[in-house]
Amino acid sequence: MGALQSLPGQPEYIDLAEKTGFSLEQIGVLHKRFKQLSHNEETLRRDHFNEIPDLACNPIRAQIVEAFFDKRNFRQNDEGTVDEIGFEEFLVVMSHFRPPSLHMTEEQRENVRREKLRFLFNMHDTDNDGTITLEEYRHVVEELLSRSGALGKETAKSIADAAMLEVASISMGHMEPDEFYEGITFEHFLKLLSEFEIESRMNIRFLNMDATTLCK
Amino acid sequence: MPSRTGSHSPAGFGRSAPERGLLLLTVLVLLEGSVLPLGAASSPDISHHANSDKHQVADVGHNATKKPFPVLAVEYDRVQIPFEISLWVLLASLMKLGFHLIPRLSSIVPESCLLIVVGLLVGGLIKLAGEEVPPVLDSRLFFLCLLPPIILDAGYFLPIRPFMENLGTILMFAVVGTLWNAFFIGGVLYGVAQIQPANPSDLHQLDLLPCLLFGSIISAVDPVAVLAVFEEIHINELLHILVFGESLLNDAVTVVLYHLFEEYAGVGTVTVLDGLLGVISFLVVALGGVLVGAIYGILAAFTSRFTSHTRVIEPLFVFVYSYMAYLSAEIFHLSGIMALIACGAVMRPYVEANISHKSHTTIKYFLKMWSSVSETLIFIFLGVATVDGPHAWNWTFVTVTVILCLVARVIGVVGLTYVINKFRIVKLTTKDQFIIAYGGLRGAIAFSLGFLLNQDHFPMRKMFLTAIITVIFFTVFVQGMTIKPLVELLAVKKKQEAKRSINEEIHTQFLDHLLTGIEDICGHYGHHHWKDKLNRFNKKYVKKCLIAGERSKEPQLIAFYHKMEMKQAIELVESGGGVKLPSAVPSTVSMQNIQPKKPPPVKAAERALPQLPKGREEEIRKILRSNLQRTRQRLRSYNRHTLVADPYEDGFGDLLLKKQKMIELEKKIKEMNNYLTVPAAPPDSPTMCRARLASGRDTDFKPAQRQKGNKNGSDPQAYSVKPTSDRVPTIQVDLASPQSPDSVNLLDEFRRAEQPRGEAGPDQGLMMKPASAQSGPNKSREDDESRDQQQKLMRCLSDPGPSADEDEDEPFLP
Repeated sequence: MGALQSLPGQPEYIDLAEKTGFSLEQIGVLHKRFKQLSHNEETLRRDHFNEIPDLACNPIRAQIVEAFFDKRNFRQNDEGTVDEIGFEEFLVVMSHFRPPSLHMTEEQRENVRREKLRFLFNMHDTDNDGTITLEEYRHVVEELLSRSGALGKETAKSIADAAMLEVASISMGHMEPDEFYEGITFEHFLKLLSEFEIESRMNIRFLNMDATTLCK
Repeated sequence: MPSRTGSHSPAGFGRSAPERGLLLLTVLVLLEGSVLPLGAASSPDISHHANSDKHQVADVGHNATKKPFPVLAVEYDRVQIPFEISLWVLLASLMKLGFHLIPRLSSIVPESCLLIVVGLLVGGLIKLAGEEVPPVLDSRLFFLCLLPPIILDAGYFLPIRPFMENLGTILMFAVVGTLWNAFFIGGVLYGVAQIQPANPSDLHQLDLLPCLLFGSIISAVDPVAVLAVFEEIHINELLHILVFGESLLNDAVTVVLYHLFEEYAGVGTVTVLDGLLGVISFLVVALGGVLVGAIYGILAAFTSRFTSHTRVIEPLFVFVYSYMAYLSAEIFHLSGIMALIACGAVMRPYVEANISHKSHTTIKYFLKMWSSVSETLIFIFLGVATVDGPHAWNWTFVTVTVILCLVARVIGVVGLTYVINKFRIVKLTTKDQFIIAYGGLRGAIAFSLGFLLNQDHFPMRKMFLTAIITVIFFTVFVQGMTIKPLVELLAVKKKQEAKRSINEEIHTQFLDHLLTGIEDICGHYGHHHWKDKLNRFNKKYVKKCLIAGERSKEPQLIAFYHKMEMKQAIELVESGGGVKLPSAVPSTVSMQNIQPKKPPPVKAAERALPQLPKGREEEIRKILRSNLQRTRQRLRSYNRHTLVADPYEDGFGDLLLKKQKMIELEKKIKEMNNYLTVPAAPPDSPTMCRARLASGRDTDFKPAQRQKGNKNGSDPQAYSVKPTSDRVPTIQVDLASPQSPDSVNLLDEFRRAEQPRGEAGPDQGLMMKPASAQSGPNKSREDDESRDQQQKLMRCLSDPGPSADEDEDEPFLP
């Protein structure tokens, strides 16, 4: 779990770098940020995240924060949630947003793709049962539109319904009226977003230099 | 580029005639639109013809005094200019038509090549006929009339998202790349000219500055040529936007370099100060152009806020403001191309939210038509001008130029990518680099700029022109023809099917927010952070000012959903899918398949009342649903020749023709309805309720919808609890908005919110209903009313008159 000894010793950084693919400089920057967020504690808790001012107006803040405490995102084949995370977990979650390298085989690309989509899938699949049910999907859309007031809430439902129907028709094709589509499995999710080029979109730029002083 | 245009008028070019021609042409452009500006082009003909015609006219006039009233008089010169304009346009259009009738030919040879060949033939014919070839590709005509439509089309339909995401790379190629090309080509050419001993007569006279000027003319990638070739090879969006964006943005560099070198070519030296001023000038030209464009764009958006009562002239504002932006930028020697791009890109989102759907279609078609004709004409004229042009062929110069162009391009792209890749998240691969380098086509802008050169200052003008034409031909023919096989050979990623499903839209939005959030957690302000800030600012202030009504508050996702729903609804009407047998519908996944199954007992009791054959009802719903869910094609922004068939438009266009069909349709549905409901008109059959809900604008059913909303909106049959009304079921409204009940009523609440008072006309009948429903059974009156309303609806659907106006307020399609 969380409480990893996060002394900024070099050898440990190297260990983390191998694990997550970040460069040592990036790890250094992220570590600094980690301590800033946790007020120099060893672990981060949810309310630390909630203190980030820029995050406050993000409509899907809750899901983003939750993703950091979701064991499925720690690459350890574990399930469930935790209450606090250490720097290593923080880094592992962040590593899902690492840009892909220039030279990749098709296989590697596919792996990166699956990994990133899995992250998204986990964010939607809140009850951890391997499918995104209609309720869960509705919740996602509602959150997305949560900044637009009652107006959004009303429409969110029909949008989610329409989207779900689309999934069902893409992945199942023909269905009898009495058949029931339980929800989006990960395979369907892959198929659904096969055109989405997630590997080139779900990336952010991790800085090598320290720029945290600029931000709150 | 007025200075380009104004500075030089070719020999044998009558002054007054072209002036008149241009005047006429401006008027034509503004008023007619479709007639493209060939006044200047054909004007030399005028002076030519005029001489011979004058006698005729005089004769006619003379004879008229003696002879009886002339039954038939010939007076060609009166109509000559517009007549010849029309002839050229007709030629261009027919050529385009012809090429598309021969599919095999156009699959091998790009259209631009064919058009140049046609131009060559036409030029040759004119020459054979002994006439003087008109200087068709005159710079004034080119820059003031032919170029703007193409650029506006490109700017208006510019895919903003990929453009902004790659802006850094594009700017790098456009600015640094073009500079490098210009100086490299110019410099090496000068070197070659100096060391060439075998050909002393011509090349030794070349100074450095003309060489650099030539380099700056020849180095700029041409948007017209790029568009023409790239939209045929369907390359992926990233590469397309990189090459195309470069060709658009390098205009500022070219303008500045051109003016700089032209200015000092006479003087002979350029000091460091001049260079510095050049850099400042570049910033002024580029940013000034963007600023002018943005101002006009905002003006256009603001104007469109108030056009709801004069829909007819809406499209005009878009065109006129854009053209004004272009001209205004040109007044100050700013980059007109950048002004146009900025204007189109800035105004589009706001204008689209304000104008009616029909106006939107008009704008789209007009832009596509104009740019398509312009482009065709440009290529034909290029051919004609080649035949016409005074040529001075110099083997050394031409060969060296062509080779240098290729070499400079390759070195430039590879070198720049090396630098750029250090900063890019998604790196450019070797294949990408190759395509970018290979896609650097030159075109008519270079030719027009070369044409503008002053023979006195540049004695080598003819040689320059010949070299420019050779390079253009080389790039357009050789590279243009081989790029397609090469793309296939290298297996470069192609453009994907431009279908955009609701799921992808959801995830696009989701990802945006997610990445912004992660950036915030990482604690540095990156790309996504600023984009988010900008979006918020846009939503909070700009949209409120520029978009009328409630639509300004509509989130993107909802807007997208509405568009999609609308499109599918119209398509359903168009295809008459509502009455086709269920077996004809391929996809059979219905809402029931995805609902969490929880059949509440209450519902069963309620359903017992109308005695609905459940299977039948399910079928109907299935049809509606599956139609709703089919994913749709979006308009490809790049394609200027074939407008991707937009079902929605055709739907509207065809509605008039399909009136008959609709009536039949309606009958069938009524039959169905009779079948579904108990004949003695028990008021509360779900079908009927749905019909009313679907009709949407009747405020009196709000309670019903509310209740329905409370039940999760999940069960279409659960909303039969509602105030009784004694109406004859008029299901025909389903035709107007045949979405499923679930989505419709929510959507309709929107509409109602949008147009609190806009419900005059056909809906009045419906508004009356609550009163009548409560005032007791008044069957005949109700009948009348519904019939009346039905008529109104039909009128509304089939007649583009004012009563259809409120249809236009609905979300339009991309």
